Parts: sequence; structure tokens; C-alpha cells
Amino acid sequence: MTRVENSTGNNDRDLIERLQAGDKQACADCIERYSPRIYGLALRLMKNEADAEDVLQETFLSAFKAIDSFEGRSNLGTWLYRIAYNTAMMRLRRTSPPILSVDEKMAEAEQGYSLPQQLFDWCCLPEREFATEEVREELERALGTLSPALRSAFVLREMEGLSTKETAGVLDISPSAVKKRLQRARMDLREELSTYFAGHYGNGNGQG
Amino acid sequence: MDKDKENCHGLLGDLSDYLEGEADDAVCAEIERHLESCEDCRIVVDTLRKTVYLYRQLPEPELPGEVRERLYKTLNLRP
Repeated sequence: MTRVENSTGNNDRDLIERLQAGDKQACADCIERYSPRIYGLALRLMKNEADAEDVLQETFLSAFKAIDSFEGRSNLGTWLYRIAYNTAMMRLRRTSPPILSVDEKMAEAEQGYSLPQQLFDWCCLPEREFATEEVREELERALGTLSPALRSAFVLREMEGLSTKETAGVLDISPSAVKKRLQRARMDLREELSTYFAGHYGNGNGQG
Repeated sequence: MDKDKENCHGLLGDLSDYLEGEADDAVCAEIERHLESCEDCRIVVDTLRKTVYLYRQLPEPELPGEVRERLYKTLNLRP
């Protein structure tokens, strides 16, 4: 069960019918149900609050305008994620330096990954070491080092809880391409976190 | 990872399916056999699992009240 399915179930069908009938309360219901997750995705893709807010607004403006064309092949949440993702990518393409475009990074994302360099074993540190604000900030920082192609696949699949097939639908790529991006994203994040934990707990560098 | 680099590389390529429980039995057995004898790969697999676990536990960023209000305003709606 994805986060999207968890909270919607069969209620989406009724909501979609009301949205397509132009019911303003349905728009408010849709916002209440989905805006936190759309904002979360937008913030993690854009990496700043102002751009995330723009993506959030554009997503709902576009969605309500296009709701008549929604045929229900995906669920409403996945459809909204797709609009948000496309809106964010359009903005990133506009602002990305032309030397290494977002699209070139997309292609690169599905190529192999480099062999692990950091082999500090931090997996069995006491749980309390992970439950700190500093570690949460480090997780967000590490996520921000990934290219948008890797970040979007990882956020949708691992953090928003979409299936591989749903993630492929949002990103408009094949399930096998999703798996390649995920593999690389996980390996890159592991490398970042290992460097962080080695710096804090490794021999000779540690605080503890 | 130094002794048997080719094996390690092959193993790391198959990890996604293994971690998601989608790898077939033969692949799982091969990975687990390798992990018993290769400490470096054992560390990579364990820290990879932990990485994914930590991200799954990370709370969703909060939608600030004023962002929500401006969203309603932009759409010409009332909360």
C-alpha cells in the first residue's frame, strides 16, 4: 500500500466526479488530501521553499484545469504527482546551466554506478544516534546532492511509497529504468551517509 | 572487495532486486554465499539497507500554513 492509496481508497472516485462537476468544495477537499505530499515532493525536487510553492500552485492550477481529461487510468494522487514532477522538471530545465543539462543527467542516471569507496560499518550504531535533528538534516542534504533524475525516482519509490510501476508512470520511463535509477540513488546516498558517519564515529575522527 | 572484485561487482549489480525481495532463489543464495565470505560487501549491503530504512522513516516536510493559505488564494477558493 502506498501513502497515496492509504489515505484515499475508494473516496477518490467520488472526489473526481465532484471535481469534474465543478464543485468548489471538491477542490478544497483535493487540496487538503494531497497538498502536503505534493509540496513535499516539490520541495525535495526544487530544494528551496519559494520554488516549491510555485510548483505546488502550478500543479493544482493545471490539475483543476485538466480534470475533465482525467480518465482514471492512474489514481488521482499519482496523476497529481506526475503534474508536479513535470512542472518541477520544466522549471529545473529553465534554470539549469546549459553545460550539463537536466536531460543529459537523465541519461547519465541510468548508466552504472561507481564501486563503493566508503566501507565504514555504521549500520549497527545505537538507534538513538540516528534519531537526531543533525542526522535528519544530513539525510536531506545527501538527498540534495543527487541529480533530479535520481532524486525523483528515490523520493517517489522509497519515501512516498509508490510502486515501481507507479513511479515509472509518474516519471514516464520504463520500470527497468526506475530500478536502475533507484540502484544508483541508493548507492550514492549510502556513500554520502557513510562519509558522514565515518567522520563522526570512524577511528581517529570520532566524537564517540 | 579486493580479493574477488569481479564477484563483488556482479553482486552489487543485482542488489536492487535482492533488497526488494524480488531476486530469484538462486540469485539470493549466490549473494548470501558471497556475503558470508566478503566482509566489504557485507558492510555495503548492511549500510545500504540502513540508508533506505532511514529515508523511509524521515518525516514529510511540513506544508507551512501561509503556503496553504496562498494556494487557496491563488485558486480563488476558500479553505
